Amino acid sequence: MKATAIEILSLNDKELVELSKKNILSLSLVEMKEIQKYFRSIKRNPTDVELETIAQTWSEHCKHKTLTGNIEYIEEKNGKKRTIKYKNLLKETIFNATVNLDKKWCISVFKDNAGVIDFDKKNGVAFKVETHNHPSALEPYGGAATGIGGVIRDILGVGLGAKPLANTDVFCFGLPDTKSSEVPQGMHHPKRIAKGVVSGVRDYGNRMGIPTVNGGVFFDKGYMANPLVYCGTMGIIPKNKCNKEVKPGDLVLVVGGKTGRDGIHGATFSSIELDKESDVSAVQIGNPIVEKKVLDTMLKARDLNLYRAVTDCGAGGLSSAVGELGEKTGVVVELEKVPLKYNGLSPWEIWISEAQERMVFAVPPKNKNKILNIFKKENVEATFIGKFTNNGKLLLKYGREVVADIKMSFLHDGVPKPTRKAVWKEQITKEQAPLKVSSKVLQNDINKVLSDINVCSRDWIIRQYDHEVQGQTVIKPLQGSSIENCGPQDAAVIWPYTVVKGTKKGIVLSNGLNPEYGKIDTYKMTASAIEEAMRNAVCVGADPEKISLLDNFCWGNPNKPEILGSLVRASQAAYDLSLGYGVPFISGKDSLYNEYTINGKTYSIPPAFLVSAMSVIEDVNKTITMDLKTAGNFIYVIGVTKNELGASIYSKVKNFKNGLVPDLDVNVSKKIMKAIFSAIGEGIVESCHDCSEGGLITSISEMAFSGDKGVYIDADYIKTDEEMTIAEILFSESNSRFVVEVLPENAEKFEKLFKGIVVSKIGEVSKDKFLKIESKKSKVFIKENIKSLQKAWQKTFKW
Amino acid sequence: MVNRMKKIKVIIIRTAGTNCDYELKSAFELCDAVVDKVHINELISSKNKILSYDILAIPGGFSYGDDIASGKILSNEIKYKLGDNIKNFALLGKPIIGICNGFQVLIKMGLLPKPETFEQNSTLYYNDSNKFECRWVHLKTQKINGRSLCLWTNKLPDIITLPVAHGEGKFIADKKILDEIEKNNQVVFRYCDKDGKCTVYPQDPNGSLNAIAGICNKKGNVFGLMPHPERYIYALQHPSRESFNGVYGWGKQIFQNAIDYLR
Repeated sequence: MKATAIEILSLNDKELVELSKKNILSLSLVEMKEIQKYFRSIKRNPTDVELETIAQTWSEHCKHKTLTGNIEYIEEKNGKKRTIKYKNLLKETIFNATVNLDKKWCISVFKDNAGVIDFDKKNGVAFKVETHNHPSALEPYGGAATGIGGVIRDILGVGLGAKPLANTDVFCFGLPDTKSSEVPQGMHHPKRIAKGVVSGVRDYGNRMGIPTVNGGVFFDKGYMANPLVYCGTMGIIPKNKCNKEVKPGDLVLVVGGKTGRDGIHGATFSSIELDKESDVSAVQIGNPIVEKKVLDTMLKARDLNLYRAVTDCGAGGLSSAVGELGEKTGVVVELEKVPLKYNGLSPWEIWISEAQERMVFAVPPKNKNKILNIFKKENVEATFIGKFTNNGKLLLKYGREVVADIKMSFLHDGVPKPTRKAVWKEQITKEQAPLKVSSKVLQNDINKVLSDINVCSRDWIIRQYDHEVQGQTVIKPLQGSSIENCGPQDAAVIWPYTVVKGTKKGIVLSNGLNPEYGKIDTYKMTASAIEEAMRNAVCVGADPEKISLLDNFCWGNPNKPEILGSLVRASQAAYDLSLGYGVPFISGKDSLYNEYTINGKTYSIPPAFLVSAMSVIEDVNKTITMDLKTAGNFIYVIGVTKNELGASIYSKVKNFKNGLVPDLDVNVSKKIMKAIFSAIGEGIVESCHDCSEGGLITSISEMAFSGDKGVYIDADYIKTDEEMTIAEILFSESNSRFVVEVLPENAEKFEKLFKGIVVSKIGEVSKDKFLKIESKKSKVFIKENIKSLQKAWQKTFKW
Repeated sequence: MVNRMKKIKVIIIRTAGTNCDYELKSAFELCDAVVDKVHINELISSKNKILSYDILAIPGGFSYGDDIASGKILSNEIKYKLGDNIKNFALLGKPIIGICNGFQVLIKMGLLPKPETFEQNSTLYYNDSNKFECRWVHLKTQKINGRSLCLWTNKLPDIITLPVAHGEGKFIADKKILDEIEKNNQVVFRYCDKDGKCTVYPQDPNGSLNAIAGICNKKGNVFGLMPHPERYIYALQHPSRESFNGVYGWGKQIFQNAIDYLR
């Protein structure tokens, strides 16, 4: 096998574009010309290895060119135009907020494979959420499995390696009842995608012995051809193992899976749109047991200080892993030494293959045999393939032949920065016509909302995941008063007692996502998602000032100004809220070009901004769950209910078009969350649940049936900011609201904590098993058996 | 049997795909035992090492990915590469526990239900629901005259709760073997509802014959079960934080029983 020189020096613009397309390089003309310029300066054509290496390194997937590129953004609001120029959107918004906040408890942010914050004196916790959208569209099972496998390796590859403690997963799928005739040619049916993705995450996550403890699913027809698969992993790492350094002379060790032809062009293919010709061979093939063996052994080598740096082979394979580690030093690699699954791979294929379960280490020569021995003892493949140098060059050999010889500085900093245009124009929305319905219809509507595909129980998924392996999941994804009853828990809590002996501390994980709001305004969508993730964490007892966030953008083609405009809006919201709340983003990820072309028409996904939140809490014994506990306790609603039913579940159920999307006042929200945190800390909250999709009545119903308790609500006590009908009050999705259960003897103390905040006692937990809602003002009385509410909630999603 | 002052030594056998070793180690340590997690390769290279331990435990997970069938490869490795050591360990009356994948391993090498013959005559098959099931279940402890035949399950109330998490947990044996197990009171735990009555899915998560969740040998020292006692050693781990004395979960008592038995 030899490297081939590729003619580029003599090509014209058209031919350069054709070359990029033919070889799935996903490079623009400007980028191709830059490459041409470099090789003209060194007076030779590139080899295929060099060209492929540059394409992988410069891919959107690896380089995040859009979010870090130049953007000229023009917005039109209240008839006025305003232009903002960004030189690096990510740096000027999300990252900038983190820098400004400068939290002492942040250990490593936006520079490694995951963000790391303080856990206790000796340990940090790392968290990362990745996307694996394009592969999951083509091959749902393998795409999702390698998605979770990949993010686990991010945690293994942060600092000198963290021990994974929990996984999270959030999916967006097309509607499961889509007619087959409506599925675009070459694509799988949304239900098949959903089933495949769930099985993929199940089989990989369960075999890795990492509990999947938190997540969500959002169904919308806009995700039919482009499902979104977000996979996250959280892990624990000693503080003195959080940094890596590579020294010239260190050896390059590749550990784990062998290299094959799977996942060729994964990085570049995920940076373009899908169509019916998209190649399945770009999807990697996973084997969790190989990764589990790597996990078991590498932590031993870490604790013996046998290596100086580690990173995972993800997108771009060895090319990006070795390239990253050797960026500052230079490296020489002998490609023929890389262990292969089968013979016949060209040097460039070996170098960019995204074969799974591989980690790359920088090992001081004196530890050579010791580290090999650790891997050998447990049958883990480990091979030295090269050496870090001090000449700033990427030098690749195959046998005696030099197949690549390029400057690291060109490879990593040579990508030209284009300027993209972004536009946004405010959409005028107005309130819907007053929603007047009878008691009987209202009762029916409650059941309909609970069984809505975006509200109903996800137990079909949750129970296929081992969410309790490692024995540390003290608040689980489904909680209830007994084994028989359960409801959706806001956040999960991990108590890492097997790793940190004697600790009382816990780690809270939660998320927020609502693409429905983004169809109207991505700023409000992002704000709501951030608050939702924080609300969920606060519900179990997290301190709202000690939450760290991860951002995850999934968008369409950023070369379209409107799409990029909506992305800028989301970044601005993330910046504003991060500063407003004083909570930093610690890591993130973006997946763009989520589009599909059928018959020349291109469909773009509804933008999705996933916020994942993590917080360390002082005492797991003080955490609380969402199920109602004892008859006679008071029920409070915290926060104001506003006429905000735009893009709500109720608007879908009743099929009305207008309505305002929930707004957010950070200062009010902050005050409310702080007060809830103190109340939980004082031990005077019995249960707590936030209000999100489906509104107040959905939250109250879930608390009732999961606690197997009845509840009486006098709706006239629910505070609103204007005259609203009872349906509007019950189904509004206003932000900054919580439902809280309090013992009568603690009521006074509780109310005192909420001075200056809208808080209203709206009812109490009752002895009978009915949800009763009364409004004398509206002459409404509803009585519904909680068992039938639970049935309504559980019946939809049973595949 | 063992000197009172001497620490009880536990060996946890692990291999590629073993998952529940950390929490299992914590559970034994909570009961004041000294625990070594030993890789199967190390045991194969020094075959007698196993005999220096007082208790042997095989944890949950997906040994070798559960390729071929759950637990099958590890069971063959133990059976054919450790010689008679494992059988002798059982016949000496030393406590052995296999949890989830560990139970599958014990069944597939034939150490349960009859270590004397050491031949596989029962199995754990795919759940009736045909999918992985992670949930808490009620278990009824089988007792004769108020005592359990199994040394691991003394001092337990009639009904306890534990979590299960498996895809292949349906206990199957032919009628002769099943009758024998029942006649000898070798059934240790049965899935049930909260009142101890026999039950249906999901309280019975897999459709086992006679709702069997765990069995022991005739002597009562070798114990295999699908539920995970090591995931309920503290009250905090229970969905509604039930406990037996404010701090601990019923799972802890199972490990304590084996330690107490040796003292």
